[in-house]
Amino acid sequence: MSTQTEVSARGITWLRALTAQDGVIQGAPATVRVAEAALGDEPASFIAVVPDPHNRFPRARNGEVGLEEGWTLARQVRKIIAAGKDGVRRPIIALVDVSSQAYGRREELLGVHLACAAAADAYASARLAGHPVIALLVGKAMSGAFLAHGYQANRLLALDSPEVMVHAMGKQAAARVTRRSVADLEKLGERIAPMAYDIRAYAKLGLLHQLIEGVDADAPGAADVQRVREALLAAIADTRAGPSDLSSRLSSPAAHATRAASIEVRRRLAEQWDVA
Amino acid sequence: MEKIELDYPARHAVPRRVHVGVVGSGDLEVLLEPSPDQRAHVLVNTSVDGFGVVWKSVLDRFFERFGGAASIEINDFGATPGTVMLRLEQAAEAVRA
Amino acid sequence: MSAVAAVRNHRQFLGRTSFIEMGARERARSILDEGSFRELLGPFDRLKSPWLPLQGIVAQADDGVVLARGTLDGKPALVAAIESIYQGGSMGEVSGAKIAGALELALRDCEQGKPVLPVLLLETGGVRLQEANLGLAVIAEIHAAIVALRRHVPVIGVISGMVGCFGGMSLAAALCSRLILTRQARLGMNGPEVIEQEAGIAELDASDRALVWSLIGGEQRHAVGLVDDLLEDDAVAIAASVRAAFAQGLPRQERSAQVELYLERLAAIDPQQPLDGPALRAIWHGAAQS
Repeated sequence: MSTQTEVSARGITWLRALTAQDGVIQGAPATVRVAEAALGDEPASFIAVVPDPHNRFPRARNGEVGLEEGWTLARQVRKIIAAGKDGVRRPIIALVDVSSQAYGRREELLGVHLACAAAADAYASARLAGHPVIALLVGKAMSGAFLAHGYQANRLLALDSPEVMVHAMGKQAAARVTRRSVADLEKLGERIAPMAYDIRAYAKLGLLHQLIEGVDADAPGAADVQRVREALLAAIADTRAGPSDLSSRLSSPAAHATRAASIEVRRRLAEQWDVA
Repeated sequence: MEKIELDYPARHAVPRRVHVGVVGSGDLEVLLEPSPDQRAHVLVNTSVDGFGVVWKSVLDRFFERFGGAASIEINDFGATPGTVMLRLEQAAEAVRA
Repeated sequence: MSAVAAVRNHRQFLGRTSFIEMGARERARSILDEGSFRELLGPFDRLKSPWLPLQGIVAQADDGVVLARGTLDGKPALVAAIESIYQGGSMGEVSGAKIAGALELALRDCEQGKPVLPVLLLETGGVRLQEANLGLAVIAEIHAAIVALRRHVPVIGVISGMVGCFGGMSLAAALCSRLILTRQARLGMNGPEVIEQEAGIAELDASDRALVWSLIGGEQRHAVGLVDDLLEDDAVAIAASVRAAFAQGLPRQERSAQVELYLERLAAIDPQQPLDGPALRAIWHGAAQS
């Protein structure tokens, strides 16, 4: 049993650093924060999921994406889509520091799978509507929580920091499920890139648009913030110059090396799709 | 995990390729297709190491009767010799069908 | 007579063919119009997992996903069926890319004015942990493809059991325009064992099967409107339900876009009060669905 989740302040730290706001939404849970701020010469929306020790749903107090988080993300992103319908599709920046989806009996009963799907749907819909959607990984990007908040982005950026990690399951749980020790799991991660937790190993998979190096992730100074802004602006420009799908995740040299099978499957599938 | 490769003489050609089984616990899949020469070739990928002799005896027995010039790939997830034989017979039957 | 044989005889007596007892290939075949099944990237294409053998695990030649093109009432269709017996139906790089890639091609055809009707047979525990981050990544690509494709044609999901549909693939199920479950199916984000492990046995005793079914079983999911059709384990009925789902056309609003409805529903829940399956049915029963 692992109820001691370390509570991370990375989400709120970066929301404040990039927008000078706390992003509290009237009438919504305090775990979902949205702030509008200038990025370059246009307004952008920044969205974070943050811990709240008083959250109404006890299983989503440590930065998890739970029922209300998923549906609130969906509502907020859809508001941005509605506002941009007849004008400029403003960029949406998802600040990602999510420890997991909420694990609970009540969560399952009330459909946490649908809540997370609703958030993923909204982000994907924003992307398809022409909003540049950028995920900035500043902390944990774990499993179903990342699928709900960030993984539908046009471009994935990450801070090069030891606490920034992506994985399908927490280390302890993954060790139990695969009947390995945590030490064995870590050793395996060194040899097999997709099994690793740290962001540098993740960067080798070719999914990341940019790994932002040399930034203080916990206490960013002005230069750090400036560097991240520039990376976001470059990612937005790159997004606007390309298609609205996720094909860029298969185009980098790293993807050609590590996700060769993903590319090969698609190539041969296209050959067989129509009867010769 | 262990790889075992075996070759057998063949008496007749194999008309088509067939697939049977699934790589589930205690089971295996068999991919059987016409071989490029007049012999039979078997490649076994098995999750259980050290049973080379058992594999050879099961396959010897199978090829005594089968005699087809087939390339056979077996992907095994700990099937018993009885299950291995059953799956091979299923594949042979499907080839004849 | 063995118990299994007795059940089979009983089913024959009832005139039913079990869908659950079929493998993924047979399931896909049984959905499509007779004689129309054409497999893509089948076992002889040998697109196996590059990652499992590195960890001493034997890979299956089709990586546990059967893709088939064919027709439904004469219209071009695609079925992607997950083989739950192989690695628990888990999504690895190849198996996931097969589903994502097929949906992407169906989307391309739809955009060119050639609709393809997509059906997903979802029996999966979610990400294959041996391919961890590549499994998670490809599940995101499957989500993206469903959302894009669903603007053109309904995407129909079927969960028949016995594995059910969990993890990141439960989101894929939730993104489907319509979902068909049998009484033997379960749909949830976190498997009961994972919840017990992560949140403790006081939160959920995974061995309490009746409790688990009352939370995430097909009948419960249908009663509260989280799925659209509930069926017996009957291949003919499932194939008919898939056709009926397409015949209804695009939903007025996709379930995963019904934001205000679900936020209202959640607002009415007090997390301090006990809540079980029957109680939720009383609150959510008959609520508006598209």
